[in-house]
Amino acid sequence: MPALDLVANVVVSGILTGLVYGLMALGLSVIFGVVRVVNFAHGEMMTLAMYAATVLFAAFKLDPFLAMLPVAAAFFVFGYALQAGFINPFITRPEHSQFMLLVAVAIILVNAMLMIFGPDARNVQVDYQLDSYELGPILIDKGRLFAAAAAVIAASGLFAFFRYTLTGKAIRACADNYLGARVVGLHVKHLYALTFGLGAVCVAIAGCAMVLLVDVTPPLGPAYTLLAFVIVIVGGLGSMGGALLGGVLIGVSEALAGLFIAPSAKSMFSFGLLILVLLLRPQGLLGRRA
Amino acid sequence: MKRSPVLLAVLAALLVLLPLLVGNYALSVATLILYFAYTGQAWNVMMGFAGQLSLGHAVYVGVGAYAAGSLFFHYGIGPWAGVCLAIALCVALGLVIGFLAFRFRISGVYFALLTIAFAEFTRIGFDHLDWTGGPGGMFLRVAQRDTWDLANFRGPPLMYYYAMLALAAGAFALCAWLLRSRAGYYWQAIREDEEAAQALGINTFRWKLLAVAISAAMTAVAGVFFAFYYNNLFPEQIFHISRSIEIILGPVIGGVGTLFGPVLGATVLTLLSDGITEALAAVGWEIPGIKQVFYGVVLLAVVMFLPNGIWPALARRLRL
Repeated sequence: MPALDLVANVVVSGILTGLVYGLMALGLSVIFGVVRVVNFAHGEMMTLAMYAATVLFAAFKLDPFLAMLPVAAAFFVFGYALQAGFINPFITRPEHSQFMLLVAVAIILVNAMLMIFGPDARNVQVDYQLDSYELGPILIDKGRLFAAAAAVIAASGLFAFFRYTLTGKAIRACADNYLGARVVGLHVKHLYALTFGLGAVCVAIAGCAMVLLVDVTPPLGPAYTLLAFVIVIVGGLGSMGGALLGGVLIGVSEALAGLFIAPSAKSMFSFGLLILVLLLRPQGLLGRRA
Repeated sequence: MKRSPVLLAVLAALLVLLPLLVGNYALSVATLILYFAYTGQAWNVMMGFAGQLSLGHAVYVGVGAYAAGSLFFHYGIGPWAGVCLAIALCVALGLVIGFLAFRFRISGVYFALLTIAFAEFTRIGFDHLDWTGGPGGMFLRVAQRDTWDLANFRGPPLMYYYAMLALAAGAFALCAWLLRSRAGYYWQAIREDEEAAQALGINTFRWKLLAVAISAAMTAVAGVFFAFYYNNLFPEQIFHISRSIEIILGPVIGGVGTLFGPVLGATVLTLLSDGITEALAAVGWEIPGIKQVFYGVVLLAVVMFLPNGIWPALARRLRL
């Protein structure tokens, strides 16, 4: 039995990592909630954002937190273009067809990254990464804390956007009723593309934050796609709060499973949780019944 | 549909005589095509006929392969008993997944994600199962590669080719029969509109389970073939989501719900992948990943421009 303060430390770091996971999953959840398309290239996009942060750091010594701005802007354009150019024609097609489209995008992304960056792990090294705050017996890594804070700020911004702006309201209208939204004259395809762009911005910020926590390699892509699925299903596909809650739950359960069972078994725990949630509460913890 | 039987006969004759015409390398490519045609056909029973999207079919390949492989590895029991065990286990697994999903009314995207979850769960489980070798893998002993030993399924590449040809042909015939059977019509009714099917008095729960069971049983056999053809099994490879995607690619590219779709899709994709490798080797661009990028671009183009797959478009053109 590990000591109690060790468990507390692991839980805290799990929560902080989980918030970054949650932001990544938030992107998936928002895209699904509005466009009704499951982004099977989500983790690959996340990995791309992580590489972007390492490249900006290597070239300009740009801190990953500053890199969030240009990467997010580029991802918004990328997401908008992907939705407008490729996914919009697919929204009325069957699910397996949409799946194949995004799998193709994922295959292209992950292998293009392999071509460009090679199989070796990359990371960034900033001076505050090794610092930590001491809170009694609990040590909090500065890098992890800042990453989690960035995730919370970005998620709050997105919440506020959907809650208080007219465009956000229009997007929610599309999500609630596609036909109704068109009847009242909303430009649905533009709003869909905007949503995908915003989802991509979540991924960009989460990716820039994540490079402070883990090294990036191309195979992270498919792994993060699966992780994002687990999180949004547990939290509730399409629910924004659910994505963050799911992220924290998975972050903590991964950290605890790594401590108590075996690090390699940690995702088995997550998938077990996913199966349970699907069966007992298919709409997710915070989701609404369809 | 008058010209279909002729086409089929020509194709069958060509495939039976193929080993006389080509060398060992081409034969191994042909075996791979037949393998994907077979697994695609199996997946198609669930998705193409009954409309249940499975993204975790690798779980049946893996469980089937490990079932027969373990019997052979630990007890020296040949694949004929192994295939029975594999089918029994995979049908049971499929029924559990199907029962849970359909009983709890999980459908569409959620069902697809559930199948992924089961496959991943099983993958990590096998990674921690020492009896089957864990992540280090299981290696089946190869005594000889010269004579046809059907009892132990050991022999030259030609034997594996004909075995896979027989399986693919059998699957084609089975699917052709299924489509015209009572089950086939019920499945198509469920696929088109489940509520309407239910209103007509079809027990959709039971018929969907049947589709899962048949699909799982067929895929289990592919797993046994995989185990004895490649002779090494790693959880990271056999259960990986990219294996499930490989199974799905053929029928989706060829045409979901059609008989020729999985066969055509498997042929096109395998030859494409092989052709890209050769072409890149010829021009000397051997950067890791470049092949898959080309592959992805072609995939993207096909799903963009041929939404129903290649076969329906081709069949129209050929007036089959």
